[in-house]
Amino acid sequence: MDSVANIILYFVVAIAIIVFSVMTVTSRKILRAATYLLFVLLAVGVFYFQLGYQFLGAVQIAVYAGGIMVLFVFSILLTRRPDDKAPLLDSHRRAIGITVAVAGVALLTGALFTMPLIDGMSLTQCLSAGPEVTMKQIGELFTGTARFQYLLPFEAISVLLLACIIGGVTVARKR
Amino acid sequence: MASTLPILILAIPFAMFLILGIGGVKMSRKLAGTLGILANGTLAVLAYIVAFTYFFSGNPEFIVDGVRQQVQVFDVTWLAFTERMVVNIGFLLDPICAMMLIVITTISFMVHLYSWGYMEHEPGFQRYYAFLSLFTFSMLGLVVATNIFQMYIFWELVGVSSFLLIGFFYKLPSAVSASKKAFIVTRFADLFMLIGILVLSYCVSHTPEEGPLGTASAFNFLMLNAHPTNVLASTLGATFMGGSVLTWAMVLIFVGGMGKSAMLPLHIWLPDAMEGPTPVSALIHAATMVVAGVYLVARFFPLFCVVPDSLTFIAIVGAITAFYAAVVACAQIDIKRILAFSTISQIAFMMVSLGCAFDQPIEGVHYSGLGYMAGMFHLFTHAMFKALLFLGAGALIHAVHSNNYTAMGGLHKYMPITHITFLIGCLAIAGICPFSGFFSKDEMLAAMFARHWFFGAWMTMVAGLTAFYMFRMYFLVFWWEENPDYKKHDHKPHDAPWQMSLPLIVLALISCVAGFIPFGEFVTFNGEPYHIHIEPQVAAVSLTVAVLSIALAFVMYFKKNALPSKFKNAMPALWQAAHRRFYWDEIYLFITRNIIFDIICKSIAWFDRHIIDGAMDSMASVTQWASVRIKGMQSGTVQAYVIWYFLGAVVLAAITWLCIL
Amino acid sequence: MDLTMLWYLVPSIIMFCAGVFGFVTRKNMIALLLSLELMLNSADLNFVVFNRFLFPGQFEGMVFTLFAIAIAAAETAIAIAIIINIYREIGNTDINSVKKMKF
Repeated sequence: MDSVANIILYFVVAIAIIVFSVMTVTSRKILRAATYLLFVLLAVGVFYFQLGYQFLGAVQIAVYAGGIMVLFVFSILLTRRPDDKAPLLDSHRRAIGITVAVAGVALLTGALFTMPLIDGMSLTQCLSAGPEVTMKQIGELFTGTARFQYLLPFEAISVLLLACIIGGVTVARKR
Repeated sequence: MASTLPILILAIPFAMFLILGIGGVKMSRKLAGTLGILANGTLAVLAYIVAFTYFFSGNPEFIVDGVRQQVQVFDVTWLAFTERMVVNIGFLLDPICAMMLIVITTISFMVHLYSWGYMEHEPGFQRYYAFLSLFTFSMLGLVVATNIFQMYIFWELVGVSSFLLIGFFYKLPSAVSASKKAFIVTRFADLFMLIGILVLSYCVSHTPEEGPLGTASAFNFLMLNAHPTNVLASTLGATFMGGSVLTWAMVLIFVGGMGKSAMLPLHIWLPDAMEGPTPVSALIHAATMVVAGVYLVARFFPLFCVVPDSLTFIAIVGAITAFYAAVVACAQIDIKRILAFSTISQIAFMMVSLGCAFDQPIEGVHYSGLGYMAGMFHLFTHAMFKALLFLGAGALIHAVHSNNYTAMGGLHKYMPITHITFLIGCLAIAGICPFSGFFSKDEMLAAMFARHWFFGAWMTMVAGLTAFYMFRMYFLVFWWEENPDYKKHDHKPHDAPWQMSLPLIVLALISCVAGFIPFGEFVTFNGEPYHIHIEPQVAAVSLTVAVLSIALAFVMYFKKNALPSKFKNAMPALWQAAHRRFYWDEIYLFITRNIIFDIICKSIAWFDRHIIDGAMDSMASVTQWASVRIKGMQSGTVQAYVIWYFLGAVVLAAITWLCIL
Repeated sequence: MDLTMLWYLVPSIIMFCAGVFGFVTRKNMIALLLSLELMLNSADLNFVVFNRFLFPGQFEGMVFTLFAIAIAAAETAIAIAIIINIYREIGNTDINSVKKMKF
């Protein structure tokens, strides 16, 4: 039995995610859409905290909500004026979009409710079953070479980020 | 024997081919010709040394208790397919090989020297000498082969060099088509030979290794010839259409020889091959390459003997061809064609002779292997006098610039050297004592009479025809009536320069004395010496027939008279048929054009064009049609792609879900 | 009332499908990118949820999510660089004006 606070928190965050993600894709003002996305990202971060991954939640907020959103806002401001509105969707396109989205929701929900693995433990049980994720553990995860340790992907990611910096500079600089 | 000399004998002409073929364009004619002649002279000396060492040294390696041995000087593994199917490259020295070494190098040297004068002004002189070297190399490789596969390789190489040399004047369409004809016909025959070789080696290579056939290569001549009965046993009594498998294999191998030696019905290429330069005709199409078929039969003689049917086949093919070619030669105008048919006839003589020989004693016959010895003897003498005749014909053509005897006549006054040497050649081929042809022909006829009187009588008749047509040509060229055209030209016909006359004189001398060589001491089927003696009855008959034929020719052709045209008008159909070579070319043309091309090839072409190509084309057009239909899907619109991708993912997920449920 | 895995997956599904809807309907390339981030986040969330509820003793889901965030950052940076470049070239960021990606 989970605590009432957890349940309330869950509902608040879940509703926030649902509402803001729908608003992100339906808002006609791009800057607003970006703001709604920020809320979604923050809400997901809250979920991470609730699920016991504090480091992950912090990364989500710092990198996503902090870093990437700044990029978005900058690029939006660079490419159009803030009060620009996207044109109304034509019915054809909206119909396709709704069809695709509803088909996806229907299929995934149907699958979700028929799968046997949902009869799992409650959040509290899970939290007590798994050990606390400490920073030491995370550090060892990324710097070890044993099984379930990720030095090599970590290095690969570092190279990727480097390539990405160079690539970004090359692509975007003025000639 | 050390292998240095044998290797040099093969290496020198090949090196000359490379040097002249690659560097020829940079060389002057003089340098190229000198190099070619010097190399061939050296080669001849080396070959003489080898042959004389083999025959006269008395070394126990070569002769044991008076029996000449077959020696593999070296035999290197070249390709090993399986344990028994091994192709070697080697050098086999035995009486016929040593004899052929002398023949090839002598004639080749003479022809090299002669060409120096004959080809002097022809473009491509260096190329010509390169091809001559290539031919000499291939022919030597053929005769020294230790196994049937090596022989086959060089067999094809002489075919290629023959092709190259016939088509030497490649700007003449007739030369080009003649070279193609020669190559295709001989190659067609070689297909049968290859099948024969494969049948034979298949049988041999499947015998148990404990047997006397042992573990040696299934192609090796020594092994095959040493155990002919075991080879026959290796076919396990299998028969095909009434003949044992070995009979068929040997007949098929002989068909290859028929192609190279221009036996009926594969003779059609040889007359056309006269389009090549005349010295080439002397070397390849008279003395050496065309006798490869005879050499092949001699090489496989023990195997032919265990299946006597194949020997009979050889004799019959030879007898028919000899008569046919002799009749045709009586009605030709082109002197080179006459000589070509004469060559066919004489080679057929050798074939009959070999076909009449046998390696076991026969009751009532004092020496059953006589035909073998006589055939080889005739090969030797024929090479000399036929090369002489061809070179003489070359000198005539050089002088009057025409191949036809109608442009000649009365030439004995203008060209004495050519006249005398040509007369010696004619006397030799007609079989007049004491010229070389008499002795070899006498032995052959004796062997044929010993086998069956019919062969003897038939071939005596052919010998008479030979004397007749040779002297017909001789009289028409050198006597008859002087051609009035000589006076019109600024320069009258005259004897050729010394480079051309010297070979004529040398070959004429050889033709005079070669008959006195005790050939039986050197070359017999089993290596044991045989003392030649003239059969008085046979000699008398053949000599009488020859003299009568010459007399007839003398009466008809010595002075201009109406007799020949009377004969011609008396039987125009026969003359026309003989002149047109009994329509063999027309028959072949009919078969190839009307049957093979029109019926078979056209239907195959239709099938290829409409069914096979059609299937491929329709695949292409279906693809094109479909791509036109679906290319709109690749619109460049990312969102459309995403829709399709997502719908695809949804479908896949739905399928997976349904499967799990 | 228990908070089982199902509870967390439902918002994730809706978030994902909202992303798909946005990606299919929007014209602005930056809006497309926003939709993409939604889908990516939904996947991240799923990783974490599966890790927590099915394999509580392990860290693979979390590590994957960390990597995914890093890669998403890189991807977004490059994508925005490209979009800005396109904007400089053709003056707008409409996805329909970039149709030459078919060769």
